[in-house]
Amino acid sequence: MMEEVLLARIQFASTTLFHFIFVPLSIGLALIIAIMQTMYVVKKDEIYLKMTKFWSVFFLINFAIGVVTGIIQEFQFGMNWSAYSRFVGDIFGAPLAVEALLAFFLESTFIGIWIFGWNKLPKKLHLACIWLVSIGTVMSAFWILAANSFMQNPTGYVLQNGRAEMNDVVALLTNEKLWVAFPHTIFGSFATGAFFVVGVSAWYLIKKRNVDFFKKSLAISLVIGMLSGLGIAFTGHSQAQYLMHAQPMKMAAAEALWEDSGDPAAWTLLAKIDVENRETTKRIDIPYMLSYLTYSEFKGKVQGMNALEQQMIDKHGEGEYLPPVKTTFWSFRIMVVTGGTLLGLGALGLFLMFRKKIVESVWFLRLLIVGIFLPFIGNSFGWIMSEMGRQPWVVNGLMKTADGISPNVSAGQILFSLISFSTIYTILGIIMVILFVKFIQRGPDEQPEEDVSATDPFETGGAGHAIK
Amino acid sequence: MPLSDIWFVLIAVLFIGFIFLEGFDFGVGMSTKFLARNDLEKRVVMNTIGPVWDANEVWLITAGGAMFAAFPHWYATAFSGFYLPFVVLLLAFIIRGVAFEFRNKVDSKAWVKTWDWAVFIGSILPPFLFGVFFTSLIRGLPIDGDMNMYAGFTDFVNVYTVIGGVTFVLLSYLHGLLFIGLKTVGDLRERANTVARKVYALTGLFLVLFMIFTYLDTDAITDHGAILIPLYSLAIVLYGLLFFFLKMKREGLSFTMTGLVLIIIMASFFIALFPNVMISSTDPAFNMSIADAASGDYSLKIMTFVAFTMVPIVLAYTIWSYYVFRKRLTGDKEHLEY
Repeated sequence: MMEEVLLARIQFASTTLFHFIFVPLSIGLALIIAIMQTMYVVKKDEIYLKMTKFWSVFFLINFAIGVVTGIIQEFQFGMNWSAYSRFVGDIFGAPLAVEALLAFFLESTFIGIWIFGWNKLPKKLHLACIWLVSIGTVMSAFWILAANSFMQNPTGYVLQNGRAEMNDVVALLTNEKLWVAFPHTIFGSFATGAFFVVGVSAWYLIKKRNVDFFKKSLAISLVIGMLSGLGIAFTGHSQAQYLMHAQPMKMAAAEALWEDSGDPAAWTLLAKIDVENRETTKRIDIPYMLSYLTYSEFKGKVQGMNALEQQMIDKHGEGEYLPPVKTTFWSFRIMVVTGGTLLGLGALGLFLMFRKKIVESVWFLRLLIVGIFLPFIGNSFGWIMSEMGRQPWVVNGLMKTADGISPNVSAGQILFSLISFSTIYTILGIIMVILFVKFIQRGPDEQPEEDVSATDPFETGGAGHAIK
Repeated sequence: MPLSDIWFVLIAVLFIGFIFLEGFDFGVGMSTKFLARNDLEKRVVMNTIGPVWDANEVWLITAGGAMFAAFPHWYATAFSGFYLPFVVLLLAFIIRGVAFEFRNKVDSKAWVKTWDWAVFIGSILPPFLFGVFFTSLIRGLPIDGDMNMYAGFTDFVNVYTVIGGVTFVLLSYLHGLLFIGLKTVGDLRERANTVARKVYALTGLFLVLFMIFTYLDTDAITDHGAILIPLYSLAIVLYGLLFFFLKMKREGLSFTMTGLVLIIIMASFFIALFPNVMISSTDPAFNMSIADAASGDYSLKIMTFVAFTMVPIVLAYTIWSYYVFRKRLTGDKEHLEY
């Protein structure tokens, strides 16, 4: 049984992390494109139309992969985690169904209308379509996070008939976890889109290609990036405060605290963690910082894993209750560092732009290119911290991950699907990179190339002469 | 009517919407191989569904989500039980979904050819698998007392399920051809209608075979004959009318006929299942009833509220989207997005 659990977890982690490369970029780019098109409609300046069309190439490629990798997400709960699905379907399935009804229909219908409707709709109506897509992507995030928040911090349920049944939808939707995770994720997503546009624009500015076009793109996206960076920081702080009282074990693991901390508590920058002997040595600490992070004041102590585990044993019986400490600890740090760096890049970028020095600051533009990758790293490690830090639970305090898998699915079957999905995902990932590079190199000026061999069936009756 | 029954009907409606809409998407995808003769024709064919295929697929996603939410046991048993067929189904959906977007992005024959195959495979496999899925649901599957399904190869693949799969493929193909007939002009339109007349007989044969084997291989007719026999008869009559509509070149009516036949076939599966969601071939005592598989009443109430508010809105803008793109595609390259 251990084998199946491990394989199912690897599959869930890999498919979800892969899916979440595309999702935040889609959410972010949808917003940015909607803003650009709004500027076009309001200012009636063709350059904004050109910007909308140029950036939408990346958005659409990315969106397509996001959609298809999302289908697996919805199927794999039932496929690999049938016991989990039976246990939570009532309360976890509901937000997923609502997500489909409210968000998926909206975004997929209006993205179709938007792509194909450039010459068919009045300008303002066409603009409304991309805004509806953007709203759809954000609503989608809300409902899936409502489902995930239940796993982190179960609310609005009653245990009966051997499962968690919904008995209070208000409690489900006012889950504290949801309201710290949703803005944090959304700001992270906006930052992902923004720093993509920032980085690509920086590349063009270094190359001195379409300078005016990319200066404008850079300005819009830097502002969004900076605001998102601030949003990430503030909501990250509220995430920490939430963790402290709702999921203290995750917080203790994220700090590699075995014993209770001192008062005030210091935040550890680096440390050597020895899980076997339950000790953390060689800490490099920032004093007061953890107290501030968790309580918004410079005092207060944080409970350690030893005491917390004892509490869990008293409550749930003998067993292992520690999450993977090192993974949680380091994921937290990687996330924080990437978030902080983005904030720094955004602030410095705006400063240079304000001083009208950004085009000359090639060293800084180079940094911005590297900055494209930071949000992706931050997003991924944020989720790794969040999901690994919840272990061994799949639904915190209610169901263990190992009890959630499908009893009728063999390790061989999971391995088969794992290999199939990883292979196709690897191919998709490579293609996406190739296409992105291609369209970045092509730039906003060139029109899409026409096909080399096309015949016109409407003049010749189908058989063919080649036309260029 | 208990809420769980309402949700059983709603899920049936979602699958019916899915097969009616995505049915022609599948058919259009198959037509890229069988009907289109050159690259421009392929593009025109794909562009007929360009603005809508993605939203059509959401009917399936919503049906899956609704199963999860309203019938967790149904979702869990079916999705884990159909593990390998679903892996194949997902792979098919993945390659088809990206193919439309990728196909014209690189100027290379090998590249275009690869994604043409992806569109084709991704359009022919899913209707087959859905045919297999629904026929095996009403035929019965080895489900034990703990609602776990341990199906072997012959539970999925046997004469009846293969007939079901082929029937769905052919009906979708015909439905797609008639959709192309409605959305294009000139030679392509003519040819779509000609090919439709050619596959008419074979599809009809499979439709009848499907009904015969439903009688022989399942308890559907025995248990629900009072509804199913008139319904199947209606499908035969409609399919017969299609013959004349095809001859008279009444494109709209022809398309409506294949749509109605698909709707009837999909509805018949849910009628055959009622009042169960899954039928156990191991022991009728292990049949999973609608009531057994359903979520709690509270949850169903909330979702009923959401569904009855949202579905009309979704339908309204879906219809609007078809209205926006009501014109036939002329094959003018300027207006082809794919």
